[in-house]
Amino acid sequence: MKKQIPILIVFVTGLIMVLQFFVPHAASEFLFTYANDFVIVIGILALPLGIFSLMRGTVIKARKDPRERFYAIVTIVGFLVMAIANFRRDSGPDSLAQNLFSYVMIPCQATIFSMLAFYIASAAYRAFRVRTWLATVLLVTAFIVMLRIVPLPEPFSSWNSSLVQWILAVPNMASKRAIIIGVGLGAISYSMKIILGIERGYMGGDK
Amino acid sequence: MRDGMAWYDRLLNIDRRWIYVLMALVVIVPAVRPFTVPVGISGEVRAVHEAIEAQPAGGVIHLAIDYDPSTLAELQPMAEAILHQCFDKDLRLVITALSQFGPAMVDELVTRVATEHGKQRDVHYAFLGYKPYPAITILAMGSDYRVPFPTDYYGTAVDAIPMMQDIHNFSDVACVVSLAGGNVADMWIQYGNAKYGVPVALGVTGVMASDYYPYLQSGQIFGLLPGVKGAAEYESLRERPGQASRGMPYQVTSHLLIIIAMIVANVGYIAQRRAHAGGR
Repeated sequence: MKKQIPILIVFVTGLIMVLQFFVPHAASEFLFTYANDFVIVIGILALPLGIFSLMRGTVIKARKDPRERFYAIVTIVGFLVMAIANFRRDSGPDSLAQNLFSYVMIPCQATIFSMLAFYIASAAYRAFRVRTWLATVLLVTAFIVMLRIVPLPEPFSSWNSSLVQWILAVPNMASKRAIIIGVGLGAISYSMKIILGIERGYMGGDK
Repeated sequence: MRDGMAWYDRLLNIDRRWIYVLMALVVIVPAVRPFTVPVGISGEVRAVHEAIEAQPAGGVIHLAIDYDPSTLAELQPMAEAILHQCFDKDLRLVITALSQFGPAMVDELVTRVATEHGKQRDVHYAFLGYKPYPAITILAMGSDYRVPFPTDYYGTAVDAIPMMQDIHNFSDVACVVSLAGGNVADMWIQYGNAKYGVPVALGVTGVMASDYYPYLQSGQIFGLLPGVKGAAEYESLRERPGQASRGMPYQVTSHLLIIIAMIVANVGYIAQRRAHAGGR
């Protein structure tokens, strides 16, 4: 029963949700809305678990390794300050939450993302080499596509622009489409395995 | 040890920290000596501009600002240019933010641009805010905006917002323009367009752009703004240079450095291969 009941719930729910997608009726819409409320409720229930897990992991790490203590304090203080600031409902441009967001969160995330420029330059220097003919194709393609950004004199700019359009619209699209269709078919077969009870990883394994 | 290295070995073994230093220097160049970059307009960017331009005054556009601060530099200029265009044309805007770090950023941006145009919240635009689970939220909005958003970002009941009186779901909006730095873009295609048939256009980061060209050709999206270049093209169409146009010189210098790094590495690699082949 420990196995059969969850498999039955998944089978019935999965089947209903698949059918619901193709039925444009008010009852179907109601069912969908109702089912989505369950998803949100489950998500909210997982939130305290996530917070507990974050705090527990941070404290354990700080206890084991003195070098981690500073970062652990930053994590915990950062979490508490943001949580307290956001519990207050004043969302004006000068509120504490908005200021923390604008002057701490945005610069931190933007900084991390902009570091990519340095890593990409270093990676391009090391990876794009004419080792094989396939690597050469990759190198030449990258070279042409990157040149699109650079203002070249005419007619080179028009030629390069047309070539980039062709690369994006033909070889790129063919390969991307193959990947997308492959991933889609894979997702359908995996979902069917879950709905039919063949794949039981979500129950913690087959045992 | 290093002194005895052949020139091609030196070219192949440049310390990565030198590349970092060079990158830092080249991105400073446009700040010290500003220059402009001519931008050609691509069809996919023009399509988004024309679709919004074709709307009559009072028409409704859904602007989904689905990015977070990490991709702000690439996507915010698009959001700003589209907001300016919509307010210039007296269009009404339904705005949502399906990225969890987005709402505060969107609130600041929309309030600033709307104030600049003398537009009022709840009259000319409605900011519905954020809800978790983008796929579910998009599907629910297709049914009725009030299902996922009974109240807007500021806590006002959506039924009490004058602008929303005749707007119930995607059939009441001309199109959705989603500016996304992640897989929310896919969800707009899969659920917004495929299930409800609402025309969708996307603004994505430069690295994401190539993933969305198949959807452009299949007609599942009617337009695409790829990265800073796409945003700069949009600003050119608006004849209103902004952050993206100012950002293009930085793109040019950094791309040039990457191209030069690739050439240097390959000159060294080919010379090394020839030297080794000649030595056999």
